[in-house]
Amino acid sequence: MTKPTDSGRRRFLTRSLMAGGATLLAGCDALTRSDAMSKLFDASSALTQQAQRLLASRQSLAREFTPADIAPTFRANGTTNPDEEDYRKLAEGGFRDWRLEIGGLVDKPQALSLDELKTMPARTQITRHDCVEGWSCIGQWKGVVLGDLLDRVGVRDQARFVVFHCADRYRGGDAYYESLDMLEAYHPQTQLAYALNGADLPIANGAPLRLRAERQLGYKMAKYVMRIELVESFTHIGRGRGGYWEDRGYNWWAGI
Amino acid sequence: MPLFGKARPGQAATLIKRHTAFSRLWHWVNFACLIILLMSGLQIFNAHPALYWGKDSHFDSPALSIGAERDANGAWQGITRIGGYRFDTTGVLGISGPPDDLERRAFPAWATLPGPRWLSKGRQWHFLAGWIFAPMLTAYLFYLVISGQLKRRLLPRRDEWRHLGETIRDHVRLRFPRGEEARHYNLLQKLTYLLVLLGLLPLVVLTGLTMSPTMDAAWPWLLDAFGGRQSARTLHFICAIGLLAFFLVHLALVMVSGMFNNLRSMITGRYALHPELPPAQPHAPSSALPPQQEPRDD
Ligand code: HEM
Repeated sequence: MTKPTDSGRRRFLTRSLMAGGATLLAGCDALTRSDAMSKLFDASSALTQQAQRLLASRQSLAREFTPADIAPTFRANGTTNPDEEDYRKLAEGGFRDWRLEIGGLVDKPQALSLDELKTMPARTQITRHDCVEGWSCIGQWKGVVLGDLLDRVGVRDQARFVVFHCADRYRGGDAYYESLDMLEAYHPQTQLAYALNGADLPIANGAPLRLRAERQLGYKMAKYVMRIELVESFTHIGRGRGGYWEDRGYNWWAGI
Repeated sequence: MPLFGKARPGQAATLIKRHTAFSRLWHWVNFACLIILLMSGLQIFNAHPALYWGKDSHFDSPALSIGAERDANGAWQGITRIGGYRFDTTGVLGISGPPDDLERRAFPAWATLPGPRWLSKGRQWHFLAGWIFAPMLTAYLFYLVISGQLKRRLLPRRDEWRHLGETIRDHVRLRFPRGEEARHYNLLQKLTYLLVLLGLLPLVVLTGLTMSPTMDAAWPWLLDAFGGRQSARTLHFICAIGLLAFFLVHLALVMVSGMFNNLRSMITGRYALHPELPPAQPHAPSSALPPQQEPRDD
């Protein structure tokens, strides 16, 4: 049935397969850290961004849910209680002294109080929050549509990104920040929310103001927003990759 | 048409052409992608080791969860819960690693890519491999249909269903077809490959896409098809386990039904038809190895 050469070849094949597997496993972690793989990963994420932008039109909306779908408690993640002194003082004063600064490449830089923001037209939406860890939570948000705010300050033509600077330093490290490009910033559901489930935004969820970018993952949606800056490029901010988690290996494109 | 003549009892093995170049290329690329996708997927799972059914996560009633708890003596135990059942999975799920350096993690380091806990890189591997896996799968499915191979090699013929019982019996006894009969997939093989190619593989892609918030905005029907993002995540996991199960059985059958011949056929395309064994007894029951008389269409 089996020729002797076959069994020799078979043994060789088995051994090579096993040795190959072990080498592969050990090699994978080294590979993961290599520059070449980092470049490949970045290219793959850029491809994902282009493909998803092609499929999802400018205006296509994230699903909105009914009040019955709202989760009993909205899970808070990341920083849930910033202990920076400046922030604590603002919180103790009920954020009356807090101002949202908007600057950078705009015609009319402004500093707006919470009350001023609340007099602007508001949008209320019940949406699903998807954490990069894998869980989802449904909540109702109310806030100012970011596009309205940007129109109010007059965005200059060179501006390509909106950067959100936050009050918190996650685990005492660098300041949290995030960025959106103009397309996502002007999406009708992209808003700066000051209310969750019909009440003032709790501190755990980002009081007094947090970003909602409903077609993106949770880490995009900066909490404790203090300052908005319009920039042509974000390479000079943080470690230059457009956000706190982006600086730590997560993709700038957070659509998946 | 047979390439090197027909296999007849009493003759040496006949080499036939079994797999086309594109099938072989797809097979091996897919093999690599599936390993990377599975292992990086388990790394991703570890970031939130619980699965739910529905639109969002009901944190206090997961369908499946893997964690670590202290037992009565204060020692760590790996606990896996499925529905209402609780399993002690210490050493593999929940808690694993060398005895002096136990680590609390859902899937053990040897099963994840990268090995250490590293969600961002797990996701990078997953999506990179996904970009090779999904387009290749789409191309291969089109190829199967257009080349007629789906119909010729995979769709069961009506008469095959009559032999289902025998085919199962032969499989359980690990008695594999020889001679002319080995030229084609048998019914069980056809059904399994169809389930994987038209079921699990497309499903794992679609449920994967459903977890993307941008895709949900682009294609809202994904959410309706799978009952919400968290259901999709659970289905994605079930598909992954299904593919792993297929892979293990596939591997075992490749080994016991002539590993060298099978591997060669998937590398060079050539497959040896070994002659049928002479009947064990002069008057063996004819049903043991029904002779294939029907004309073949290829
Ligand atoms: C192109 C195809 C695929 C896409 C687009 C995709 C997408 C995804 C996404 C977005 C996640 C993250 C879910 C989360 O946030 O927790 C994920 C997780 C995961 N993937 Fe995939 N995936 C694909 C193929 C596969 C394949 C082929 C396998 C297995 C063989 C697999 C196994 C897993 C596992 C085990 C997880 C962990 C969490 C879960 O069960 O959902 N994926 N995948």
